[in-house]
Formats: sequence, C-alpha cells, structure tokens
Amino acid sequence: MSILLSSKSRVVTQGLGATGKFHLKGCRDYGTQMVAAVRPGKGGTSWEDTPIYDTVADAVKHQGVDVSVIYVPPPGAADAIMEAAEAGIALIVCITEGIPAADMVKVQRYLEGKPSRLIGPNCPGIITPGQAKVGIMPGYIHKPGRIGVISKSGTLTYECVHQLTQLGIGQSTCIGIGGDPIIGSGFIDLLRLFNDDPDTDGVFMLGEIGGAAEVDAAAWIKANMKKPVAAFIAGKTAPAGKRMGHAGAIISGGKGTAAEKIAALEAAGLKVAPSPADIGSTLVAAMKG
Amino acid sequence: MNVHEYQGKALLARYGVRVPRGEVATTAEKAGEIARDLGSAVCVVKAQIHAGGRGAGAMVDTEAEAAAVFHDNLEREGLPKHARKGGVRVVKSPAEALEAARSILGKLLVTRQTGASGREVRRILVEEGCDIGRELYLSVLLDRSCGRVAIMASPAGGMDIEKVAEETPEKIFRESIDPAVGFQAFQARRLALGLGVREEKLDEWVKFFQAIYTAYVDLDCSLLEINPLVETKDGSLIALDAKVSFDDNALYRHADVRELRDEHEEDPKERQAAKFDLSYIALNGNIGCMVNGAGLAMATMDIIHHHGGAPANFCDVGGGATTEKVAEAFKIILADASVKAVFINIFGGIMRCDVLAQGVVEASKQVGVKVPLVIRLEGTNVEEGRRIIGASGLNIITAADMADGARKAVEAAAAAA
Repeated sequence: MSILLSSKSRVVTQGLGATGKFHLKGCRDYGTQMVAAVRPGKGGTSWEDTPIYDTVADAVKHQGVDVSVIYVPPPGAADAIMEAAEAGIALIVCITEGIPAADMVKVQRYLEGKPSRLIGPNCPGIITPGQAKVGIMPGYIHKPGRIGVISKSGTLTYECVHQLTQLGIGQSTCIGIGGDPIIGSGFIDLLRLFNDDPDTDGVFMLGEIGGAAEVDAAAWIKANMKKPVAAFIAGKTAPAGKRMGHAGAIISGGKGTAAEKIAALEAAGLKVAPSPADIGSTLVAAMKG
Repeated sequence: MNVHEYQGKALLARYGVRVPRGEVATTAEKAGEIARDLGSAVCVVKAQIHAGGRGAGAMVDTEAEAAAVFHDNLEREGLPKHARKGGVRVVKSPAEALEAARSILGKLLVTRQTGASGREVRRILVEEGCDIGRELYLSVLLDRSCGRVAIMASPAGGMDIEKVAEETPEKIFRESIDPAVGFQAFQARRLALGLGVREEKLDEWVKFFQAIYTAYVDLDCSLLEINPLVETKDGSLIALDAKVSFDDNALYRHADVRELRDEHEEDPKERQAAKFDLSYIALNGNIGCMVNGAGLAMATMDIIHHHGGAPANFCDVGGGATTEKVAEAFKIILADASVKAVFINIFGGIMRCDVLAQGVVEASKQVGVKVPLVIRLEGTNVEEGRRIIGASGLNIITAADMADGARKAVEAAAAAA
C-alpha cells in the first residue's frame, strides 16, 4: 500500500477556477478518481463530465468522496477547509498559498477532535506513485516503490524525487506538508504513518530554516522510528531575519537555523545530505545502515 | 510588514493602551516645537527606523563610519563600547530637543540590527518623559509549535528577551490562547501575579493585557512587543516602546495598516521584485541566482556555497517563470554590480522546460546579459529546452545537474572577478 492516498481514493475539487481546472485534469490524467467539484451556486451543472455540487456535503452524499483538494483563493481558503472537515472528509489537501496565519489558528482549533487530516496549506499536495496524485506536482518524475518523502517545499521535492527515480529508487507516497508557519500535518504526524506502513522501507525528509519542526522530528525519530530516515535542510546560507519566499522560512531571534536542525538530526543518528545534489546518494547510504 | 514605533503606538492607543504623549517630526525645528508644546520637564527624542537597538546604536555621518562602528563595536557581543551618541536622547528643554533632533535627522543610525550600512533617520519621535518605577517585558506572538497565539511577560524589561529566556527561563511567564474563547481574565491575572502585581492593581493590568491581545488579533499582527513596558512610580502602566509587525498574508484586509508602509525602510530591489511577484533578497556574494520555487532557491544558494562560491541573492521566480518575470529578475539581479556570473536553476514540473528556455533566451536578449550565464534545466520536455538554449546563439553554459551548474557558476565568477 502506501499512506493516506491510493487508487481507491475519491477526490472532490474545491475552487474550480483556472488553476483548479488545470490540475483537476492533470490529476485525472494521472489516474486519480477526480469525481466531483464544488462551486457554490453552480450545483447540478458539470465541467468536462465532472459533476459540480453546491457544498462538500453534497459531493460526499452523491459521490462518496473521501479526499478534498482546495485551490480556493486565500480569503476563502480557511472556510473551505472547515467546510470539508464538517462534511467528514478524511484527507483535506490545501494547495492555496497566502492564507492569513490568524485564519489557520482558527482552522487548527476547528479540526481538533475531528477525524479529518489536513495537508498544507501552501504545498504541492500528495502523490502515491502509480496510483493517484492530488495536487500540482508533475506525476511522471515519480516511480512506484518503497521510500516515503516528506517535504516543506515544492520544486525542491521534485528535485529530490527526480534524484531518487534516477537511481531506480521508487516512492511509496510523497507529501508536501507546506511552507507556512501553521500547517495541518507535520513531519512527526507523517513519520508515524510511514513507520506503520508495511510498504514503506525508509523515509527522506526535506526541511528548511524557520521554526523547530525538524528538531522535534529528530527527537521523535530517535525515540520511535524503526526505519531509516535521511534528510536535507535547505537554507544553510540564508541570512537571519529575512523571509526566504515561504511565509514560515525565517530565522528569528537566532532560532530555526539550518545548522541547529542539521545538528539535531545528526545527533538523532540520521544521515543528512551535505548538499542538495547528494539527496539520492544520502538516502542510499541510510538504507544500507 | 513592519511599522515605526510611533505608528505602532498610535495603533495601540486606539485600543486603550496608554502610551507617552508625543508627536513625530521630520525637521529639528518641529521637534523643538513639539517639546515646547508637551511642556514636560523631561522629554525623550527617539530616531524612527525599522530596527532595534537604537539607544545603544551610534549616529554617524558616512557609510564608512557606519561600517567601522558596526564591525568594531556592535556586530557581536563582547566588543568594546563605542563613544558616539545613540538614536535615543533624554532632553531637558525645547532647545535641547532641537539640538538632539539636529544631530539625528538626516544622519545614519547604525545598530546591532541595521547591519554595517546603518539606516538614514528621516523621522523622529518626541515624547514626554515618564517616571519609571520598573521596566517589564510583554509580547504577543504566534507559537508555531501549537498553532496558537501566545503571550509572554517578564519582569526583566528593557533587556534582550532571548537572552533572558536562555539564562533565566523562570523569569518568563507564558500563556497560550484558545482561539475559540480568546484570552481569558484568569490567564491575564496569572501573568500579572507572576510579575508581582497585588490585589487593587490587578484589574488594571488585566485590562492592559487584554487590550494588547485584542490589538494583535484585530490588526492581524505577527508580532507585538512592548519592551519596556513601564510601571510608573504612581503605579500606572505605559507602553514605552512598541514593535509591531503584521502578517503579510492578511494585509489585504487592512487598508489602514497598508498605508503605514515606509518604503524608505525597505530594500529598493526587494520592493521592485515584489511588484512583479518575485521573491528577491540581496546577499553579499558574486553569483546571481534565479530559481523557480523557494525551497529549491535556498538549496541553490547552499550548493553554490558548498562548491566554494558565494550567492549574491535569493531569487524565486515562482513555479511559472514567464518571460516577463525572468526578464525582470535579470534586471534586478544584474543591477547588483558585484554579480560576476548568473546561475539559473529551473526544475520544470507543470511548466514545460521548452517554454522556460524560450523565456530565458528572450529575456537575456532583451536585457543584454553581459556576465557568464550558467543554466541548469530539468523536468518536462528538457531535451527541447536544452536545444532551444543551444540554438539561441547566446553564450550560455549549460549544466548537466545542480552540482555541475554550481561548479561551473563558481568557476565562471572566479574567472571574471
């Protein structure tokens, strides 16, 4: 298997603008069951044979969807996430970049105690190679296999996956968790799933400057992880106090540097790629033990 | 987005937070008049720049002096103290206020946070002095680890709070706010009690803390720091300083906050880049970088460094990387005279490499790139992309992968330097 997403997943698209349509097609072409879209007020119509519903709850009722992918622009994105959770969607993938942090604080609180898992926001999405992709990543660079990938970034994840595939190493599931300060699922949440997944043999983690998620993950790995994990941390050369593209990528008060994250990961026994060109070879080394 | 102290204080005052009476001036004469009108025996004249450490900083006339003071006295802890006057002065008459303002306005203020170039002071805040009983620390911020707003208070006011947290963590009191119900009175009381406040004063402190929290939430701040928060000798609370930063993602719903932007405090190139939806940050090296995606852009800087070079900038042209965006990015990157080579690192995912290559070729023709250009393309339709680059007639060095590109860029920059 894989984690979270498979060929059985049934996906609803929230936010059917140009971007939503483009990627609905891309995901459908990859083989994902893109069975519904939500556009309030347009319920009962369809787009390229995909039925449109007024609400997520309607899409659940009529199409049995269990995954939602959100492209709704920032002002309405938090609302879209909460609507999906209320409708009982098991996996919510929010691609939208630029959601106010205060909105995400509310979303986080709203999701407490609910069974929904949120991936993102501000992420490329999730793919189980050969089965389904939900998001904006290029499907063809992936290869079905037994390595899990968890990343805060978009194109850097493609770089990583590309290197793995070139070396003949396939992936079980690849997840972009997002570059915002508040995200639905973090490294630890997903490491836990990969740890329990019989079809994943090892994990590659792509982190970056800002926050302490990688340091916390290092401690968790040391205490719990039964499988090899290798990592790369972007931003060794990033200056303090500057936001490096992602809303969450900032060294503040001397905290959240690449050096401190790398030190924590190495102290936990992980192999850390010295440069982004060594991602594939570092994973190979980690798998050999 | 950051604002000046005087702007932050004006916003806080709207929420009932007490701040010293005062006004901002752009000329020394006006500063003198403000001091006279305040009628206070003691006034404080404060340089307004978007950087901390103003009091301990130094006023200088030239950039060379700024760099010297920065490296000799301010850059890190333990350096000898400088003998110059700083950007915050206590004055005892309107004439002294005028004199102080004259020695600050139009000059450069260099502090630990400004970097070696310092910052030109264009505005000055003149305030009444206050009768300080004790100095405390208060801040509201986003706690990324739990996705909630947190409030921190400490009796160690006026000090570097990171240092306090490291050396005497017991002096920091912290409350995490449940967004469903907001900041509760018992939490505010707990903070006040931690600061040693007793019965009859508790209510006033609770109100003050709650006003600060309301301002933070209402205005979509990302940081609100009051250091020092002063308890006067007669027991009232005053925000003596205010550092307010806003969540850029939420500015769309705060027109009044957007108006407070001071473009002089921002890097002109970063501002220009933002207009074209590019993310650019200037660095000190000589290899210009152009990359699609923030994570890959950071990784590209790292790999240049790994191969012995130094990146001149961070530049994310976004997943799309259209001809217009690439052309703008070229202009901004090449405006930096220290750039001796440019490394373009593109992973074409959804965007096809042939389209990206076309964009790069057109943009470099438009802009007339004179320095060596190293390009690494990978992803969809990469062969066609490479063919377009090869057939362009431009002097472009192609790279097989990221490491190859970094090596070639480092060599090209070294040869040109």
